Amino acid sequence: MASGERDVSEVALKGASAPAAASASRAAVLRRLRLTDSIFHGLTRGASLAVLALLSGVIIALIYGAAPALGTFGFGFLFDESWNPVTERFGALAPIFGTLVTSFIAMLIAVPVGLMVAFFLTELCPMMLRRPIGIAIELLAGIPSIIYGIWGLFVFAPFMQQYVQPLFIDTFANVPVLSTLFAGPPYGIGMFTAGLILAIMVLPFVTSISRDVFDAVPPVLKEAAYGVGCTTWEVFRYVVLPFTRVGVIGGFMLGLGRALGETMAVTFVIGNAHHISASLFAPGTTISASIANEFTEAVGDLYTSALVALGLILFFITFCVLAIARYMLMRLQQQGGK
Amino acid sequence: MAITASKTAAMDSPLYAGRRRRNAVAKGLAFAATIFGLGWLVLILGVLLYKGIGGLSLSVFMENTPPPGAAGGLLNAIVGSLIMTILAVLIGTPIGILAGTYLAEYGRHDKLSSVVRFINDILLSAPSIVIGLFVYEILVAPMGHFSGWAGAVALAVIVIPVVVRTTEDMLSLVPDTLREAAASIGLPRAHMIVRIAYRAAQAGIVTGILLAVARISGETAPLLFTALNNQFFSLNMGAPMPSLPVVIFQFALSPYAEWQKLAWTGALLITVTVLGLSILARSLTSARKS
Repeated sequence: MASGERDVSEVALKGASAPAAASASRAAVLRRLRLTDSIFHGLTRGASLAVLALLSGVIIALIYGAAPALGTFGFGFLFDESWNPVTERFGALAPIFGTLVTSFIAMLIAVPVGLMVAFFLTELCPMMLRRPIGIAIELLAGIPSIIYGIWGLFVFAPFMQQYVQPLFIDTFANVPVLSTLFAGPPYGIGMFTAGLILAIMVLPFVTSISRDVFDAVPPVLKEAAYGVGCTTWEVFRYVVLPFTRVGVIGGFMLGLGRALGETMAVTFVIGNAHHISASLFAPGTTISASIANEFTEAVGDLYTSALVALGLILFFITFCVLAIARYMLMRLQQQGGK
Repeated sequence: MAITASKTAAMDSPLYAGRRRRNAVAKGLAFAATIFGLGWLVLILGVLLYKGIGGLSLSVFMENTPPPGAAGGLLNAIVGSLIMTILAVLIGTPIGILAGTYLAEYGRHDKLSSVVRFINDILLSAPSIVIGLFVYEILVAPMGHFSGWAGAVALAVIVIPVVVRTTEDMLSLVPDTLREAAASIGLPRAHMIVRIAYRAAQAGIVTGILLAVARISGETAPLLFTALNNQFFSLNMGAPMPSLPVVIFQFALSPYAEWQKLAWTGALLITVTVLGLSILARSLTSARKS
């Protein structure tokens, strides 16, 4: 284990005592060291190139798999609502619609709640409780999505069906727009329930990133604001938030990326129906849920290929969202570094 | 005197009262939001414990998944999950650590590193179902059948970015003076990294691996069409292999009460494992910090 160190010290000692005899072995040792060093350098470089290859591999494999479907349907694939395995006519509009709507519902709830939790954790919470509460919320982020799924199917969806959805339907029955949004029989499962479960899943992400970002605000800024008589809320609203805006938006985008690609939690409660409905209570589908539900049962190359094409679309959307998120978080880091 | 008078006047002014009211409302909302967020954690874990613990018995670990309507356990699924998780870590960790080393040591500021860093962050949060599709295209479709190998590779693809990220972060925390001291006694760079930097960052790197294991032990989507599932006990990596998450998925959506009960028990096992691993990982790093 310590052979390298011994080599180096031996070389040094020998070099001091017997220069002529040592010079040959010294050169040999040095050559060996240089060789291991360059091998190690090459290995690490190769591994980081492998990470690059991995992402390119994902893109190439998806494009290759999606090619038959995209070749058959062309750009119309994106705007076609029909999904008929029997006649082999496929369109991505319904899953794309479902993905966007459920993620939108999730962000609508998770963003304000997450921000307020982060506000509580950084400004209001007693020091003693900060760490435990922060850890608890991060643990929520670690629970696998299948747990949210099974909980959503057996506990949350029945609850929605019995109590929440009838209440919404009755309350908004005579309000113009809302009556269409919350219409139809209360199935329990559907877009609305899926969006709510996604909100619970995304909440810890938004919270923990916002908290980290808020913690990075220089105390001097906050102290100055308190010094001129600002209230806690005003310090947060007019000093902390503007200072961290870029980072907070980056955090939202990360959460959005997770909501868009989330599979299991949604698959359990979305209902897997390939049609677009104005009512949020109607069953729908998302890109990831369609793939999870149908891929192993897909017969025929075109069917499989259409599902891979859905995956390609999902990857493209999340890639854009995540790239924006990383760019924004990077900008905040640079701003902090100045 | 005059100052106090003006001060009380200011305090009573509607503007000041309004600001104070807004402050109180915002604080109340923040408190409510925290209770709301923590409420879900308690609720989900509570239900899981309540529903899962009833089915917990020795037979869960001793018997294979049953046919519909019969009693049984989860042995084949647990073993399948263990095998694929271990393999995924064995494949993913070396690549991850080496790539992380490059980012933190050799190529700290070069162009390649910033690209790899960016790509790695994308991979880190890429939808796991897309990873499943990728492995299906490169392994399952050419081989013509689902296999445990494909499942392990899909999980390894998820392990790599997690390990790259934590390895780089942890190596960056190692003070440069240590590196300089090593260089000054003539230690080559590779030896410096392996003997000094790795040793200093050991706990952090182990934490990263544990977090990666926690992440993949609950992953379902990438296994659905790589390892698929298997009703029977199987150690054959070339054949479809059962795993705990996929079995939960299948059993939960089935109409049979026994299967649903097993699904809850499996869900409890996974959650306990994942939470245990994350707490262990956390305590490793916090012990080092203090």
